[in-house]
Amino acid sequence: MRGVSILLPLCLLATAPQAIAQIDYANVQLTDPAQERAAKDLMETIRCVVCQGQSVADSNADLAADMRGLIRERIAAGEQPEAIRAWLIDHYGDWVSFKPQVDAASAPLWGIPILAMLAGLFLIRGRLKRRST
Amino acid sequence: MKRIWLWAPFILFAILIGVFARGLLYPTDRVVASGMVGRHMPAFVLDNAVPANPALDSKQFADGKPRLLNIFGSWCQPCIVEAPMLMQLQAQGAEILGIAIHDEPDRLARFLATNGNPYVQIGLDPKSRTQIDFGSAGVPETFVVDGNGVISYQHVGIITPDDVPIIMAKLKGVQ
Repeated sequence: MRGVSILLPLCLLATAPQAIAQIDYANVQLTDPAQERAAKDLMETIRCVVCQGQSVADSNADLAADMRGLIRERIAAGEQPEAIRAWLIDHYGDWVSFKPQVDAASAPLWGIPILAMLAGLFLIRGRLKRRST
Repeated sequence: MKRIWLWAPFILFAILIGVFARGLLYPTDRVVASGMVGRHMPAFVLDNAVPANPALDSKQFADGKPRLLNIFGSWCQPCIVEAPMLMQLQAQGAEILGIAIHDEPDRLARFLATNGNPYVQIGLDPKSRTQIDFGSAGVPETFVVDGNGVISYQHVGIITPDDVPIIMAKLKGVQ
């Protein structure tokens, strides 16, 4: 009986609503599998700003854990992953994202291969014509 | 004329090797600078981290007085190295506010007793949310905030003796 009287308040404490609200999502998955999937996908493409070769999903740094928590909380609140990525880029610069963005600075990177191929086709055009006749 | 064109791919190749060699020998600066510099500081309300120093609220920054905002932690070894420089900045008239990341009151109190307490107020940021809002990538980091609450300068890493006059100048510059 004495054991129960000690255990009961502890059980109540464990199920208290504020205990749920205070979950640190840094290392706890979201209950909705689709949301957790979206959060995980985003975490794997966000660079840890402390140990810069790793994503926040892989890093053990405190700041990476807090970024995982932030990402999960925002996903759970209904925010789109790309909006969270844009917010992080806004705060830390392009380098924080492992997913290349198409913008004015990176446009040549995407455009040059296409232009080079067109130039190549133009160069061999004469040769192809000669062969076909 | 045709001879030159034959050599062109080799010359291009040599240039490319040069570019790669330069990248290997002189790696680029990997300091993650905050995108918040030049913008209004994020809104935050933080509890006080130790009883001796009052809590911190972003609203108080709009009173016309420029300040230094130091992001640190009692667990952070470089912060111990930086502490005497913060004392110097305070002695030269800088008002310093602190944000303690992932900290515990007794550990922080011990840190301040050992290394000095140049902070007017210290807010506790238990989950680095305010630090992330500032675009800060680690500890220690120091922001110069003008009298309207706009972040005008970010110093990443330890403040060395050489940095003290630079930071004082940045602080005076926004007065």
